[in-house]
Amino acid sequence: MPSSTAVGSPHPYIPATAADRDRMLARVGVDELDALFADLPAASRDPNIDLPPALTEPELIALLSARAAENAASVRPSFLGAGAYRRSVPSIVSHLTSRSEFVTAYTPYQPEISQGTLQSGFEFQSVVCELTGMDISNTGLYDVASATAEGCLLAARVTKRSAVALLEPIHPGTADVVGTYAGGAGLSVDRLSSADDLTDDHACLVVQQPDFLGTIVDLEPLGRLVHERGGLLVAVADPFALGLLRAPGDAGADIVTGEGRDLAGAPAFGGPSLGLFAAGLPYMRQMPGRIVGRTRELRNAEDSGAEPRTGYVLTLQAREQFIRRERATSNVSTAQALIALAFTVAVQALGPRGLRESAELCYQRAHDAARRVAALPGYDVPERGPWFQEFLVRGPVLAGELAVRLSERGITAGLDVSKRAEPEARDSLLFAVTEATPDGHVDALVEALASIGDEA
Amino acid sequence: MTAPGTRDEDFGARLSFDRGVRGRRAVDVPAWSGDETPLPDSWLLRDSVRLPEMSQGELVRYYTALSARNYGIDSGTYPLGSCTMKFNPKVNDLIAFLPGFADAHPLAAEEGAQGTLRTLWELRAGLAEITGLPAVSLAPAAGAQGEFAGVLMIKAALEDRGELEQRRRILVPDSAHGTNPATAAMAGFAVTHIPTADDGSLDRGTIERELDETVAGVMVTVPNTLGLWERGIEEVADLIHEAGAYLYADGANLNAIMGRVRYGDLGFDVAHLNLHKSFSTPHGGGGPGAGPVCCNEELAPYLPKPILEENDDGVVRLAVPERSIGRLQQFHGNAGVLLRAYAYMRALGLDGLRAVSGQAVLNANYLRVLLDGHYDLPYDRPVLHEVVFSGSRQRRQHGVRTYDIAKRLIDHGFHPPTVYFPLIVDEALMMEPTETEPPEAIEALADALIAIAAEAERDPDALHEAPVAAPIGRLDETTAARRPFLRWQDPGAVKR
Repeated sequence: MPSSTAVGSPHPYIPATAADRDRMLARVGVDELDALFADLPAASRDPNIDLPPALTEPELIALLSARAAENAASVRPSFLGAGAYRRSVPSIVSHLTSRSEFVTAYTPYQPEISQGTLQSGFEFQSVVCELTGMDISNTGLYDVASATAEGCLLAARVTKRSAVALLEPIHPGTADVVGTYAGGAGLSVDRLSSADDLTDDHACLVVQQPDFLGTIVDLEPLGRLVHERGGLLVAVADPFALGLLRAPGDAGADIVTGEGRDLAGAPAFGGPSLGLFAAGLPYMRQMPGRIVGRTRELRNAEDSGAEPRTGYVLTLQAREQFIRRERATSNVSTAQALIALAFTVAVQALGPRGLRESAELCYQRAHDAARRVAALPGYDVPERGPWFQEFLVRGPVLAGELAVRLSERGITAGLDVSKRAEPEARDSLLFAVTEATPDGHVDALVEALASIGDEA
Repeated sequence: MTAPGTRDEDFGARLSFDRGVRGRRAVDVPAWSGDETPLPDSWLLRDSVRLPEMSQGELVRYYTALSARNYGIDSGTYPLGSCTMKFNPKVNDLIAFLPGFADAHPLAAEEGAQGTLRTLWELRAGLAEITGLPAVSLAPAAGAQGEFAGVLMIKAALEDRGELEQRRRILVPDSAHGTNPATAAMAGFAVTHIPTADDGSLDRGTIERELDETVAGVMVTVPNTLGLWERGIEEVADLIHEAGAYLYADGANLNAIMGRVRYGDLGFDVAHLNLHKSFSTPHGGGGPGAGPVCCNEELAPYLPKPILEENDDGVVRLAVPERSIGRLQQFHGNAGVLLRAYAYMRALGLDGLRAVSGQAVLNANYLRVLLDGHYDLPYDRPVLHEVVFSGSRQRRQHGVRTYDIAKRLIDHGFHPPTVYFPLIVDEALMMEPTETEPPEAIEALADALIAIAAEAERDPDALHEAPVAAPIGRLDETTAARRPFLRWQDPGAVKR
């Protein structure tokens, strides 16, 4: 139990002492604190609430360090990807994003003392536009799936159509979230196994790049197809892979979404994440979320003797909930600004060459690992086309059994996709190997697979 | 405030893109020494991305200079109403960054992620206790997503009752956060606005008149955005239920009532919380947050995926409610934020949380009495977490707007309050000191506002020039919106 006294402050986070409280109550003109709560209904006041006892800081650190250590999955070699990838994050990212002027600021409603957040937001928008090949970006949404859902809502608004199409293979989590948002808007969602099933009723075609099974998609013919039908192409692109792959904007995408979490930092059990959202200029006033614009000081050069300086503000706010209310383009308010800052610093630290080299290193290491697995007796790596960092593995035992036996050997297998409809996925696990997968982990995987093969 | 980089006359004019020098780099990448795999066909690939080329030190200096052009709760008092800008305990960050938590893959087997799952399970139990609403999903990434989940749950329940066709309206007070009507619309409902009565509570007559078989639900912020208790809300809850509709609580202002009264006990069916407000997790300049949604047994089957369950074997697992509205994010929610909120809950305990709400309310009332007489107080009664003054007198008598007052407060070293919200207060100045400000800081804030009121009488024109001590002066927001300039453009390239 924390120490407390009747005269001191009640907690290290609450500065007012008992003497302060008495002085303040007297100034307010009430005898006791409870008087300030007099409006609350007496019948419901001060209920029994069962919470665990308070802990001092050392006790808290001890408890949660022990909890963190229980996450055994964090320390084992793991080949899980499927939307969350281990990345080499430059050390300056966590350093800069720990600066408390960034961390402890609110949404930048007062631009004069928020230029740090605002100019960083403009840097983020610029980086996202460069990566995706699009005209405009917002400052980020919750995650890739909710960003994609917002993209579908935008497409439905501008085409005035009430159905959206998702091209398989797409991340099931993304499809699920699109379904949730579509349910609100009254849109129907069609999951297509072939783009040929697209119709003139679809507001958009959503295509994941690389797709859920790791394959690189040629977006251009898909863009032509959906444009012929009067819909929009929504590309859900991995921003890291865009260090190597053609920018979706150059291939005809109207909206590009993506997940920025992995470049920004650790997976953290899936969140906080970072939804990228970029679009073509025609959709500027339909964008969801915050947008930063560049402008200048209002001061008049003649009066002040100095040229107005450049600054940044939240702009195009007539789209947003706090002004437009029920006619807003989205209800989004707080999103993931700090993760967007981390993403920006990470991409800029890599720079044009580092990003390309890193993406190629990822490609080479993943393909090398796949080659080593395919060379093992009893193993097959079914390919569906060129791929980036994820590959399918079919072994001498059923997929689920293979995962269990790898786990017994201290290795977390790739995701079980054996029940999916694609023929290559049948009986397969989906392995991810990236530029940040330690060499020793790949060696351990190959050794374990070989020994499982020997048993079979 | 002198920021590093201010010798740079027009710091904002030069982005990292402009500062880079071809050939520099901030990190190096290991070379691949194994067998080379040919790259995919060239039409699938790109040339390099246009990005700044800076050394590591230069990049660090650039963003350090940017951070110095920012103001956070660690910089000083930040009385932004309805945002609960309280101190963010640093131990919470330390805990969230522990490698065991940070490195957990979202698809890892649950047995291997018990450290995270057990902690979130206990947070879930705590939030259920604090709200009096027993079923919880931690999935929503922020308050607005929590609202969206809550309204979709109401929609799904009405659909199962076979009443969705007729119940197409959500009632929202005119003092509500903009997210409430925006959320109702996103969920496919029409919005009917309820006016505020003279005492600052919901207008009961309008509610009684509007409540009929076309109403799906009523969204109420408790305490409301005037900082006032919603008088008679428990009776309104009965009326709403008799009419067959649901009552939603926007929990943005929970800080005032933590440990003292519970949404469930008042008759609310569903509520969302903002853990980045009441539970001290840092706001990060606009997120990440977390907006858990809590509800009663009737709505529990509709909660968003995933929820948590503790199995007989003592393992905490991710589960799917039987009639779930679906998923809100690809994975499970902002676990890193939820861990911080848990640490906060454990650091305080029940007595601590009651001390939080008590001191938060006392601080707001202290500010109220210190400023009384200097600014108009349209709803003159004891407040809870925040107090809303009006600058209408200053505007009427001296031509000084709340906007000017807010900007001058920057020169006094404070972050301004929320301004022009709630919309029902003319020239609103909405101030929420929170419990983490000492009385001296509240007195200093009041002194500054009193000095500004005096300046408004003496030299109103000077206020139009504020701020003068910030890294940059007032900015031209009109031109920013009329001629949007939204990304870096290569000065050497032909204008697009």
